[in-house]
Amino acid sequence: MSPATLLVTALVLPAATALLVPLFARSPNRREAVTLLGAVASFAAVAALVPPVLAGARPAVDLLDVLPGLVITLALEPLGMLFAVVASGLWIVNSLYSIGYMRANDEPRQTTFYVCFAAAIAATLGTAFAGNLFTLFLFYEALTLVTYPLVTHHRDEEARRAGRLYLLMLVGGSTVLLLPAIAWTGIVAGSLGFHAGGILAGKLGTAALALLLALYVFGIAKAAVMPMHFWLPAAMVAPTPVSALLHAVAVVKAGVFFITKVIVYVIGVDTLRADGAGDWLVYVASFTVVVASLVALRQDHLKRRLAYSTISQLSYVVLGAALFNPLALIGAALHIATHAVAKITLFFAAGSLHTAGHVDHVSEMDGVGRRMPWTMASFAIGALSMIGVPPTAGFISKWFILAGAAGAGQWFAVAVIVVSTLLNAGYFLPPVYRAFARAPADGDRGDALAESPWPMVAALVATAIATVALFFFPDVPYRLAGMLISG
Amino acid sequence: MQQLPVLQVVIPLLGALLCALVRRPLAAWLVATVVSWTVPVIAVVLLHEALVDGVVSYHLGGWDPSLGIEYRVDVVNGLILVIVSVIAAVIAPFARQSVAAELAPERVAWFYTMYLLSLAGMLGITITGDAFNAFVFLEISSLSSYALIALGRDRRALVAAYQYLILGTIGATFYVIGVGLLYVMTGTLNLGLMAERVVAVETTRPVIAALAFITVGISLKLALFPLHVWLPNAYAYAPSTATVFLAATSTKVAIYLLTRFLFFVFGARFVFGEMPVTPIFVAFSIAAIFVAATVAVFQSDAKRLLAYSSVAQIGYITLGLALATTTGLTGGFVHIIAHALTKAALFMALGAIMFRAGTVAIDDLGGIGRTMPLTVAALTVAGLSLIGIPGTIGFVSKWYLVVASFEAGWWWLAFLIVASSLITLVYVGRVVEAAWFREPTAVALAAREAPAAMLIPIWLLAGATIYLGLDAGRAAGIAGKVAATLLGGPQ
Repeated sequence: MSPATLLVTALVLPAATALLVPLFARSPNRREAVTLLGAVASFAAVAALVPPVLAGARPAVDLLDVLPGLVITLALEPLGMLFAVVASGLWIVNSLYSIGYMRANDEPRQTTFYVCFAAAIAATLGTAFAGNLFTLFLFYEALTLVTYPLVTHHRDEEARRAGRLYLLMLVGGSTVLLLPAIAWTGIVAGSLGFHAGGILAGKLGTAALALLLALYVFGIAKAAVMPMHFWLPAAMVAPTPVSALLHAVAVVKAGVFFITKVIVYVIGVDTLRADGAGDWLVYVASFTVVVASLVALRQDHLKRRLAYSTISQLSYVVLGAALFNPLALIGAALHIATHAVAKITLFFAAGSLHTAGHVDHVSEMDGVGRRMPWTMASFAIGALSMIGVPPTAGFISKWFILAGAAGAGQWFAVAVIVVSTLLNAGYFLPPVYRAFARAPADGDRGDALAESPWPMVAALVATAIATVALFFFPDVPYRLAGMLISG
Repeated sequence: MQQLPVLQVVIPLLGALLCALVRRPLAAWLVATVVSWTVPVIAVVLLHEALVDGVVSYHLGGWDPSLGIEYRVDVVNGLILVIVSVIAAVIAPFARQSVAAELAPERVAWFYTMYLLSLAGMLGITITGDAFNAFVFLEISSLSSYALIALGRDRRALVAAYQYLILGTIGATFYVIGVGLLYVMTGTLNLGLMAERVVAVETTRPVIAALAFITVGISLKLALFPLHVWLPNAYAYAPSTATVFLAATSTKVAIYLLTRFLFFVFGARFVFGEMPVTPIFVAFSIAAIFVAATVAVFQSDAKRLLAYSSVAQIGYITLGLALATTTGLTGGFVHIIAHALTKAALFMALGAIMFRAGTVAIDDLGGIGRTMPLTVAALTVAGLSLIGIPGTIGFVSKWYLVVASFEAGWWWLAFLIVASSLITLVYVGRVVEAAWFREPTAVALAAREAPAAMLIPIWLLAGATIYLGLDAGRAAGIAGKVAATLLGGPQ
């Protein structure tokens, strides 16, 4: 198959999975087999695109002329490739995990769950492959809509309220701020395409450029740059597999991916660096990195603590992109991948604790490490990666961002990364310490605790291994990220 | 073929007569269906001819336009004819069961009589090239609409119809006063001749007064905020089928008539260049968009909610007209198409729910998505188009309006337009959330999926919002031609 065909195939496969799953609603085993097959096939199609992209191919397909100037186009470039590999690869693991989780917790409406999940992956791959701002916007919006039923999965008042906040903040940001930004870009640049070096060089003054960048950064609420972050902790009411893949990887990464694309391919790194119109972004991202960590410190509910950690880590990517420096940009791109594997591990572990004995709070984690060694060992690896301790993946991306900041003489950013590392340690080491060093809590719950069903354990161990493996074999992500700056 | 323009109006008129004569529900429905399926064929042929030849002119009784009545189809009213008649064609299969369920059997035939009269009136307003003839058709469509609304089974329908009757009559009177003034100044009722002659006298006080009277009079009919007060009750209490028809077509026809006068008779240069029409219309349109949408959020009845939404949506159309640029007018006319399809789909879905569940109170609709999934799915799709989510036709019109605002240098207007989508999201979200994500109520559990005769029309419309949203060049292309014609002045 030609790369262009593969590109379309990779997008169609998860969409087809979403359509096929309901046909097997009466037979859960077949239904889950369809999801797994779809996930494997999608990943295979995506993975097959990696060698050509590394070799310099940039497959592109025009799908549909919506209006003159508004064309739905797929065009693959290195950053999108990296994002697609991460999202589709983790979908396989996450499907395995979902099977264990949804069955063990006796969750209702499982068919709807798998349909929306596959649709969400299709939308995610659509954002990754989008060849212009309009297409990116289209899939970005679709991703919000198809994940809404997943957030409200439990159908109770809390879930509905979270769903309302989710829609209002995400659609609100994208229509009120992002859409005008795109329209403005289109009018000024006469194009909505992505081009290395940007399409706005010399077309807007400093103040206008700063405003445009702000519209993008805050309009893309999926990136959860404060104060557009409130939807993310609320979305934690969803079943854990949703939090794990969508609200730690696919949805939120679609946000930072969008921002990075805008900085690199629309406004242009050189334009921003020369102009100074984007200097404020370093401070906004830094604020989010530190404040989200401070809030995370105070969360006893494990999933909420992870959510605030995600907000903080997402702004690492924004910070890396905002330094307008090649090394930091590589770091930002790598962080999309390294944070993904580590954070999904942490969420998998949190879901495993919930399934095994409804351990949802950090204060209940005393001694769980002895009863659930696999879960907590993986959790520990994920936690180390969040802090950035070698030999875990988190070290690599953090290193590049730090090196970029130091190289650019941005000592403020360096200080922020150092402080945030300490804060990360401050809220990720206590649960690990409690789990392994403290004695189990008295009472029957501690005694009854045992490892979760095997698909869940297999999934979380796999992502933990990946977190370590990425430290030793960062070759493919590194080369893809490197191509981002070489053009 | 040459008689097509007059047949466009005469066929529904005769159909109405026939309905009144046969008196039997099924026979009357059959007549209405045959008529409703014939008129779009004529309309499409006429639009095609207008696209090819520019203008189709028909002299009634062979009289010269300076003396007699001229029917005149260009791309502007050709498009409106197609919209009105296609909506009528889609409504026909839906109507049978819905009307039978909501009206007493002895009234069904009268319903179709009024329905066809109303259709004839609307097509007549649209096709005629004569200002007074337009007034006659305006009265035909209005009087029959009052009767249609009064046929609603809720007793409040009578008050709603009465309210509409009073305000509608004031509007028509204003219109006819304006036409009278123009007749005095130009000596003709033919719109084309009027347009030629008014240029010489456009600075005189009677012409300016005529502009004011006609604008206010038609604005009452098209429910421009704050002249909209008749609309919510009328839509809420009318029989479901009547609501679908009126919501999708009647305001559009009034907007067309206003467009015809502002751009064609008076001329865009005079109206928008020398008179303060743009600021007035922009202000009222923005007020409509925000106030009516906010009121919609707090409605407990889904039909009333959508009625207020209509007032808000009309604001986008008048906003596009007020900008008076090619992009703005294109946006306005795409929104005419978008809103006709979207609102028809939404009201039809509510009609189907009314048919199965007997209520459209939002609290009663909790969880009805489980028993009527296909209906509620169509409702959701159309709701997305109403919000303006990309991939739907609702996005296309908003995109044009936003771009037009930027082009005019009014970036604040662009922000107001997109910000208003958020309010739409909230009120559409209320209905959709209740229907899908609440525990089913007793009413919802007792309901069944709507019959195919309803589902097919609903999905045709909902599917069209998606299709035209993705293949947007179709709608935007013709709307662009309309805009060019309007700004090109008299031909």
